[in-house]
Amino acid sequence: MNARKEELIAKLRQDIIAWEGYRPPEAGSNVSLGLGPVETAFPNSIFPTGTIHEVLSATPEDTAACGAFLCGLLSRLLADGGACLWISWSRRIYPPALKRFGLNADRIIFVDVPIQKDVLWIAEEALKCEGVAAVICETTALTFMESRRLLLAVETSRVTGFILRKGVKNANSTACTARWQIRPVRSSLRPGMPGVGHPRWQVDLLKVKNGQPGSWTLEWKNKSFKVVTPQPTIQIQRRYA
Amino acid sequence: MPKRFAAIWFRYLLTDQLAIRRPSLREKPVAIVTLDHGRKVIVALNAKAIRSGLQTGMTVADAQVLLGDLQIFDDKPGRNLKLLKGLAEWCLRYTPLVAIDPPDGLLLDVTGCTHLKGGEKAYLTEIYQRLKDIGYDVRPAIADTIGAAWGVSRCASNGLLVTAGQHRNALMPLPPSALRLPTPLLLKLHELGLYQISSFIHMPKSVLRRRFGKDLVLRLYQALGQEAEFLFPLKEPVPYTERLDCLEPVKTRPAIEIALQDLLERLCKRLHSEGLGMRKATLTWYRVDGKSGHITIGTNHATHRSPHLFKLFFIHLDEVAPGLGIELFTLDADATEPLSNKQSDLWAGKPWADSEQVAELLDRIASRGEIRHYLPDEHYWPERSSKTDSISAQPQNDWREDKPRPIQLLEPPEPVEAMALTPDYPPKQFIHRGTRHVIVGADGPERIENEWWIDTNTQRDYFIVEDEQGRRYWIFRTTDRWFLHGYFA
Repeated sequence: MNARKEELIAKLRQDIIAWEGYRPPEAGSNVSLGLGPVETAFPNSIFPTGTIHEVLSATPEDTAACGAFLCGLLSRLLADGGACLWISWSRRIYPPALKRFGLNADRIIFVDVPIQKDVLWIAEEALKCEGVAAVICETTALTFMESRRLLLAVETSRVTGFILRKGVKNANSTACTARWQIRPVRSSLRPGMPGVGHPRWQVDLLKVKNGQPGSWTLEWKNKSFKVVTPQPTIQIQRRYA
Repeated sequence: MPKRFAAIWFRYLLTDQLAIRRPSLREKPVAIVTLDHGRKVIVALNAKAIRSGLQTGMTVADAQVLLGDLQIFDDKPGRNLKLLKGLAEWCLRYTPLVAIDPPDGLLLDVTGCTHLKGGEKAYLTEIYQRLKDIGYDVRPAIADTIGAAWGVSRCASNGLLVTAGQHRNALMPLPPSALRLPTPLLLKLHELGLYQISSFIHMPKSVLRRRFGKDLVLRLYQALGQEAEFLFPLKEPVPYTERLDCLEPVKTRPAIEIALQDLLERLCKRLHSEGLGMRKATLTWYRVDGKSGHITIGTNHATHRSPHLFKLFFIHLDEVAPGLGIELFTLDADATEPLSNKQSDLWAGKPWADSEQVAELLDRIASRGEIRHYLPDEHYWPERSSKTDSISAQPQNDWREDKPRPIQLLEPPEPVEAMALTPDYPPKQFIHRGTRHVIVGADGPERIENEWWIDTNTQRDYFIVEDEQGRRYWIFRTTDRWFLHGYFA
């Protein structure tokens, strides 16, 4: 009896998600982006592609962490083929470094825009194009209306868009499907080892449509994301390399 | 089709141009003068001054004795060439092949163009009338050869339209000056009593050459069509071009869009039938008041899809200033390429950048942003480790992975104040833009030297450092100073 009830509730949950406008990804596409436990936060435990994600960063260090995190996601997203556009107004991303995150920079078309307000125009054009797999748009401000427009642009094209917002102090509300915040945290090595460890970030999923927001510490190791449970750091006398 | 040429002679080119700018000069005698050995000598006169007995080559002092109210203007060297070039561009509405004929004429290849205006007579009348409306007094003539048209326009009293095959008869009564000969030769002919071309046209070639040199023979036979002569057109004609004459001058945006669409469809149809695609195209418009302008677009990938090309032009259509109205549009395909009929990969999922959709997207974006595609380059120096190339280029070598590189690079590196306890060791802390970062972990140094064959020989010792809050930086030391060069993820 109990089992049937749970089954029913799970079924109803599915229906509600569908009524709320959630569309499952196309059959046969690569659904797992290698995020591991993070994916349980999404509806049906599938990373929502074909929609707009918003990534917040307050400082240039955060922007670097966000950029690396997105590169890690893109390396999986682009496995099926398709072009990828990186649109920015003041770009600092360093193409040779992308290889470390499993991405060849020659797969990405960088668009440098001299006028800041043209960034969103180009992003919208790119999001409407079906031959594109993913679009990353670096911008500072994004109003609700603008985010709504971008969301409408991907409605038919099913392109995945990432809005990387820089220098955000107080985030306004937007129509994006998910809102991420990524900050670098202390890397760890085996106790007693000098140097700097693998890139490690505090990944906060602040908002996700039809899903469960959450917070994880992720590490980029051997070209994939690993969830780590932060250990209380043992203060030892650090030595330099 | 037998060739037909038109010559247009601007009788008072420089003074007419002055009178267009200052209509009050129309009723007065005008002279344009230049300094020659300390004297002011007349180089151009208007009709009224010539009727009063003035001649070019007179000094101004002499002319002013004859005509007290003579208006005098200084000449600017090269002015006539500039004017002729402008007029030649204006004349492109009549034929695509227009050449400048200094000092005061234009030459047009009108083969197969005259029927557009309703025959040669109407064609000549229109050229005459339109230029007269602008303010130029011209004598246009059409004949089978360039030389005959030139001579008839300068020297014939009437019969400016020489029917096909009649140029020999038309040249007969003209003076030798109709043959574009140098002045000493003309004087010599005059002294000998050869006042008309008919007096020496029948002489044998060898006699003419012996007595008057090869110049006369060349010019005579060019005028008769027995020697080849070529025009040097102002603008090389483009093989793929379409033109649209408007019945009424258009000035509204929808009308301009319709004109563009019509031109694109016609041109694309032609390109399609020949299996070609456009890489670069220019839309030129000619306004009623003689001004013109153009828009040029380029594509990443040869295409003959008119809706896409229309979109590319559409972005720039605001630049079209119709003024009083546009009477002619031309569309040139400046660069064409054979279409690559690539079979799209059925199984590879979404295509990459060489797909048509993406290429069209990039064309649209190119108007607002700069598109860069990076390939690895074999340099250690961080600023040179990648190079930009065209979208279709494939990397020749792999991206290096053996050394960690920051995800964000500052260009140029920003100076920081750093404190290192021991020389050659990573700093204990550094201050960047007023913020103090205490370093808890560091890797390095990695020495990178500038290639001496490219730039001056400098070296940098790079450290990867992590501060207390887990933020990772790439800092380096030159001989005495520290710089922040990037952010690690």
